[in-house]
Amino acid sequence: MTARLSWLAPWLAFALILIAAPRVFPSPTALTMMSLMGVMIIFALSYNMLLGQTGLLSFGHAVYYGLGGFVAIHTMNAVIHNKLGLSIPVIPLVGGLAGLVFGVLFGLISTRRAGLVFSMISLGIGELVSSSSFILRTFFGGEEGITTNRSKLAPFLGHKFGPQLEVYYLIGVWCFVCVVAMYALTRTPFGRMCNAVRENPERVEFVGYSPRMVRLIAFCFAAFFAGIAGGLAAISFEIMNAQQLGAQQSSLVLLMAYIGGVGSFAGPIVGAVIITYLQIMLSDVTSAWQLYFGLMFIAVVMFAPEGVVGWTMLHLRALRGGVAWRLAPAYAAVGPALVATGAGAIMIIELANRQLAEARSEGSAMRLFGFDVDASTLPPWIVAVALFAAGTILVLRLWPRVGDAWGAVNARLHFRGEG
Amino acid sequence: MSAALSLLDLRKSFGPVQIIRGVSLEIAEGERHAIIGPNGAGKSTLFNLVSGRIRPSSGEVRLHGQAITGLSPFEINRRGLSRSFQITNIFPKMSVEENLRCAALWSLGYKYAFWTSIERLSDVCERAEWLMDRVGLTVRRHVPAGVLSYAEQRALEIGVTIGGSADVVMLDEPTAGMNNSETEHAVALIRKVTEGKTLVMVEHDMGVVFSLADRISVLVYGQIIASDAPERIRENPAVREAYLGQDGA
Repeated sequence: MTARLSWLAPWLAFALILIAAPRVFPSPTALTMMSLMGVMIIFALSYNMLLGQTGLLSFGHAVYYGLGGFVAIHTMNAVIHNKLGLSIPVIPLVGGLAGLVFGVLFGLISTRRAGLVFSMISLGIGELVSSSSFILRTFFGGEEGITTNRSKLAPFLGHKFGPQLEVYYLIGVWCFVCVVAMYALTRTPFGRMCNAVRENPERVEFVGYSPRMVRLIAFCFAAFFAGIAGGLAAISFEIMNAQQLGAQQSSLVLLMAYIGGVGSFAGPIVGAVIITYLQIMLSDVTSAWQLYFGLMFIAVVMFAPEGVVGWTMLHLRALRGGVAWRLAPAYAAVGPALVATGAGAIMIIELANRQLAEARSEGSAMRLFGFDVDASTLPPWIVAVALFAAGTILVLRLWPRVGDAWGAVNARLHFRGEG
Repeated sequence: MSAALSLLDLRKSFGPVQIIRGVSLEIAEGERHAIIGPNGAGKSTLFNLVSGRIRPSSGEVRLHGQAITGLSPFEINRRGLSRSFQITNIFPKMSVEENLRCAALWSLGYKYAFWTSIERLSDVCERAEWLMDRVGLTVRRHVPAGVLSYAEQRALEIGVTIGGSADVVMLDEPTAGMNNSETEHAVALIRKVTEGKTLVMVEHDMGVVFSLADRISVLVYGQIIASDAPERIRENPAVREAYLGQDGA
């Protein structure tokens, strides 16, 4: 009985978190952030249907998110203008269907081949749509974008979705449904063949499947769910502009999926939450936040290619095997060195940002880790470079210990038949 | 007697070089047919032409009397012809069980179904179970295919090949790289899983060929120089000169 119901536990936990979050974090900022997180979870998972499940690296997935959002916002305006009976909760479906239509259209072109060809075509389509937004101004609204007023639509069960809290719960419901649907898809014959296409497209042909058709269907699903995410974004922000379907948004979703981990279903969910949080919090703290995103991405690719979730799973496995303590000495040695490197890097970035980009308008004096420093003088630079250099040298010297410790841990786990 | 597979004056050129120079062959239903020949004779190319991996320059391939020339591999597979590969060609990160389920799905009619969980498809699960038992990998069901031993991967390769219940099975050097006991094991496995099917195999190990095949074709330099029962092939002077003689067999 417990075994049969244990699969329900993570879903109940997920639903509870979605329901309880606004009570724990009731501030307007938190509410807006959590709404965005819900949207991004759908978007990042839809992206991982391509990258993680089917092995397709897309550089233009925001096209379907953005076009879904634009169609949704135009639909909302048409509903308001013509006093139609369509209410807010079905608008995301309109976005999803728009994503699907464009997914079929562009998917037919781009999924003929996998690998580099697919990636390049996705980049091309991204640029094509993004540049056409400056030509088709009536649809994309030029620089300002298209705005709407969600509270003017017909009420749904008495709710007009004016307050952000109501919008949050709308996103929460859609998020839950989409996550369940996308998870279920991975368990179907189609989902299994997506994995097979990722692993070995040639052999797929010799068990009766057309890899191209598998890729096309996966692409259409991914575009559909991205469109739903776009529709929800349109409702939440009441504005859509060309940035939402551009290259930056496309790389953001890649970042989310990858940092969370493309190898597990939960990876992109965690990635979407982390990146959305950092995107909003970091941009308050520093104007160089995008630089940190880049560094973080490089660090994950180099040191934890399985992403945050994959990395955590590895440690949980060691913990369950009772051998995690073997990692402790190596981590204790490398940890302080990593902190020093990180602190040094942050100081260099912040000093450089202040001196090169902001000094003219705001002066070279700044606060850094609680100290008042002047970026135009030498001492803070010396401290920063020394910290970074010393930390890096130590990390490089100590890193082999981490590898050895993992070797010992894996050997133990393998010996016990848990490897 | 109806032919399961017939090749009619099949030719393939790569640029100016003709690799397959007019091969005609009839393989009867239920026959175990071995294709032998020295390295570079074009055996693998011939397999690739029949299974749709590459298109012939001219000639025709017929499966149960129907032309399949120039069709893509998945269309040929759906018509009941399945092949294995000389270099193991499986889904490395997926488990043994998942590999075999993937092999069974199309033939059981599920196509690109995205509305039902694979776990609930009892016929797919049973088929994978049966295949696992047949190729002796039941205890390894959850192991990723990529970390299996070489002999186990070869067995899985055969399992994936017969997974779709194709009635014409083509095996490309199924015992390549195996030691004696592994080869013996593989021969027994092949005999067992191809019962009642048409088998076409490329093989270098003469012991395997003579113990399995009903008929042997000798491919030399892109042409079949003899096609006959094993004992007659052994005595054929042209074959001795062209092939067996070199091996000292």
